Amino acid sequence: MTALFRRVDETGRRGVRLVVDGYEVTALEGDTVLTALLTNGSRLRRNEFDGKPRAGFCLMGACQECWVWTESGEELRACSTDVRDGMRLVTKEVPWLTR
Amino acid sequence: MADPVIVVGAGPAGTRAAQRLVQAGLRPVVVDENERQGGQIYRRQSENFSRPAEKLYGAEAARARALHTDFEALRPHIDYRPGTMVWGVAEEGLLTVRDRAVATLPFSAIIIASGATDRIMPVPGWTLPGVYSLGASQIALKAQACAVGGAPVFMGTGPLLYLVAWQYLRAGVKPAAVLDTNSLATRLRGLRGMMTRARVLAHGVRYMAELIRAGVPLHTGITPARIEGREDGVTAIVWQDARGRLRRTACDAVATGFGLRAETQLADLLKCDFVFDRRFTQWRPRVDPDGRASRANVYLAGDGVLLRGADAAETAGRLAACALLQDRALPVGTDEIADLRGILATMDRFAEGIASAFPWPAHMAAALPDDTVVCRCENVTAGDIRHAATALDSPEINRAKALTRPGMGRCQGRMCGLAAAEILAAARGVPVEQVGRIRTAAPLKPLPLDCTVTP
Ligand SMILES: Cc1cc2nc3c(=O)[nH]c(=O)nc-3n(C[C@H](O)[C@H](O)[C@H](O)COP(=O)(O)OP(=O)(O)OC[C@H]3O[C@@H](n4cnc5c(N)ncnc54)[C@H](O)[C@@H]3O)c2cc1C
Ligand code: FES
Repeated sequence: MTALFRRVDETGRRGVRLVVDGYEVTALEGDTVLTALLTNGSRLRRNEFDGKPRAGFCLMGACQECWVWTESGEELRACSTDVRDGMRLVTKEVPWLTR
Repeated sequence: MADPVIVVGAGPAGTRAAQRLVQAGLRPVVVDENERQGGQIYRRQSENFSRPAEKLYGAEAARARALHTDFEALRPHIDYRPGTMVWGVAEEGLLTVRDRAVATLPFSAIIIASGATDRIMPVPGWTLPGVYSLGASQIALKAQACAVGGAPVFMGTGPLLYLVAWQYLRAGVKPAAVLDTNSLATRLRGLRGMMTRARVLAHGVRYMAELIRAGVPLHTGITPARIEGREDGVTAIVWQDARGRLRRTACDAVATGFGLRAETQLADLLKCDFVFDRRFTQWRPRVDPDGRASRANVYLAGDGVLLRGADAAETAGRLAACALLQDRALPVGTDEIADLRGILATMDRFAEGIASAFPWPAHMAAALPDDTVVCRCENVTAGDIRHAATALDSPEINRAKALTRPGMGRCQGRMCGLAAAEILAAARGVPVEQVGRIRTAAPLKPLPLDCTVTP
């Protein structure tokens, strides 16, 4: 999958591992969940109304287009949540699409 | 003990307001949704990042450092609540949420310094992954050391368009183009106002010159047609040049913004009066020259009420605090107030210069194709809004919202509200102020479903 974001600096930070849609990916300590997902892929969620992929828009907590689900059903606003080692996130199998 | 003064926002305006209150012996509560102080322009990176201030803030490094260190010095004298969002207002105080815990904060007075967001004009294709607000593209770089793409196009208007494109260039990411909807002739109209702050103007000119020298195409007087791409990202932007020719620029990201939009919802929940500000073509809370709102004990400062930029925000924050002290009959020098008003008068002229140099292209909203998504949250299209305007005979934005839902989604119209109002106004053939503004409802932003309530 293509990555939307590219790192331009600060790449010497410690790595963290997370599981996204069942696959293990790595990110860096100090990343937001949004950065972690978009340096590894091109989607955060699917829109409830048309099912198309969305990847956030404002990065400042205003547009609410970056809410992602954890495997245990918790919702996180990806642009304002720091990534944690061992997080398990879902960007495709979301309740409103499979219900 | 009397209830405290609450300052909402720890950007330039909120920080200087809190500082002035502390100087007068008060101990304000400072609430900010961000985990780190600094606001938008002086946004901080995570603690484990190491880039120096010069790299992050460029020409504003000294001001950024001053705002950060002054805030750290305030910490023992304030009740600082980072990571805390104000989402509503109740009889007893402000409703807040932090880490899924809801609380009520009583207050005797409030200074709102809530800043701004990008002002957004929809364009066909703007819901594709890889299209970001201009501010978002800057936040990615500043706070996360990431670029939103390898060959981004910066499209919209305003001084930030060139600033952020230049910041990308400096970070080693060459923009594929900078596309400005305003012409050079329009820009010259604002020159006189902008001359009031020659240093700031000179920076802007330098950014453009360096972009040109690096071979970045800068086009003015353009009209965006559409953004093209696939499910996994943007591939091109199609636009009309000043002579009306359709052109395509290949790119892997688009950052778009048309100046700023004041974040005014809290004043609305507090039932403050609003006025339509013709200079910035948007509604805002009515304030006196020192920042007093129409309601007693409510003050506003910074870009959350008047879009005058970061330096003005610092001055206005201090001035709003002075107004509060004055209203409580606490000692404030009249010289101090006169000085601050004087500084703001210059900032006003400069802001008016910027606003007339880079006007909001309202006519583009009116010309959007019917199938363009306007509300990203719920995919309401320009055609849906026009249908509300005409067939459903909705004369006003809240009626249109009830009928077709623009601004009903999770962002409460932060992204689409201004454009939706322009589309409605154009379809009704009335000036935009006549269609009103989207009424605010609590919660200002969605709350996690599993919140707990703390007393
Ligand atoms: C994304 C973005 C980037 C910008 N970059 C630049 C730049 O590079 N150069 C420049 O000259 N100008 C820039 N500006 C303009 C700049 O925002 C302002 O001039 C300056 O930051 C205004 O200061 P302020 O204190 O009024 O607001 P801000 O700095 O925006 O601070 C407002 C603070 O209030 C907090 N807040 C708002 N609502 C709530 C709430 N309900 N609950 C809790 N906290 C809340 C926010 O989290 C924020 O920290 C930018 C604007 C934006 C939107
Ligand atoms: S990207 Fe807009 S709220 Fe997170």
